[in-house]
Amino acid sequence: MTSYMWMWVAIVGAGLLAWATKYAGHVVPERFLENPRVHRIAAYVTVALLFALFAVQAFTTDGAIVFDARVVAVAVAAVLLWRRAPFIVVVVVAAAVAAVLRLIF
Amino acid sequence: MGRLSLRGLDPARQQAVSVSVATGAYAISFGALSVAAGLDVWQTMALSLLVFSGGSQFAFVGVIAAGGGAAAAVATSTFLGLRNGFYGVGLAPVLRPMSGWRRVWAAHMTIDESTAVSLAQPADDVEARRAGFWWTGVGVFILWNAITVVGALVGERIGDPADWGLDAAAAAAFLGLVWPRLASRPAQAVAGASAVLALLLTPVTPAGVPILAAALIAIVVGWRAPTSKDEVPE
Repeated sequence: MTSYMWMWVAIVGAGLLAWATKYAGHVVPERFLENPRVHRIAAYVTVALLFALFAVQAFTTDGAIVFDARVVAVAVAAVLLWRRAPFIVVVVVAAAVAAVLRLIF
Repeated sequence: MGRLSLRGLDPARQQAVSVSVATGAYAISFGALSVAAGLDVWQTMALSLLVFSGGSQFAFVGVIAAGGGAAAAVATSTFLGLRNGFYGVGLAPVLRPMSGWRRVWAAHMTIDESTAVSLAQPADDVEARRAGFWWTGVGVFILWNAITVVGALVGERIGDPADWGLDAAAAAAFLGLVWPRLASRPAQAVAGASAVLALLLTPVTPAGVPILAAALIAIVVGWRAPTSKDEVPE
């Protein structure tokens, strides 16, 4: 096969594996999930993964810790969340703060 | 903008729409990077349609761009998608019961954003949690795929989404979505420790490891019996 065809095999394979990973989570047996310990861990896991994702998005670039305009933007976002601002306001203000800081510096 | 276009939508749907727009815009970068890595427009579109997980897709084309082989690209992409499997477990109590084909489609829609918006809704409002999942999943899917085509065709001329602050917007969105679940001390401890661990691991481990490692903290904290029911971030 040509390398072009192999690339297609890789794309379809990556797609199937991505979907199978997602599907596996959805078909965990009900009885297993009803175990209180499993239930608690599942609740904490989503908080842990999503907050780790936030930290990586806010404070890293290409595998290095980087503090730039995003730090100011998420600090402003945190204050707005603490002041119970609407979600859309938090997101738009964070984008504006980062964009303006990058324009200036 | 919020007042004009999002008026009349409940919080779950408002969040779904704003997250879809902020995330979808990033497909510009993906489309451009994919074509720059040597994939054609059809292959780039197929990645967004079939893999549909931003981190995995960026990793796939990143490996190819760095001269890696197709097998390495598949392995890296799959590794970065492992967290989606955990999301399915967390979403199961919200989405079940589901029939066969609905579950097949729900699995495909299971990404960071749909999980975050769903679980940001009150735990006792299953309807809002379902609406958050489906609106975000389908909303991101439509925009991500549409904007992938734009990025693949003209991406490099439009520029970097970071210039518009969209990287900060995405981070702020995830912060806002996790926020309501940080009411208890144990939940705050899990979040704080997860962030610290992820940042410590970032310089010394391959991409994907720092986020997945946070699951270990959740296991440690969730293992012991809670002193009150309210401390678990449902």
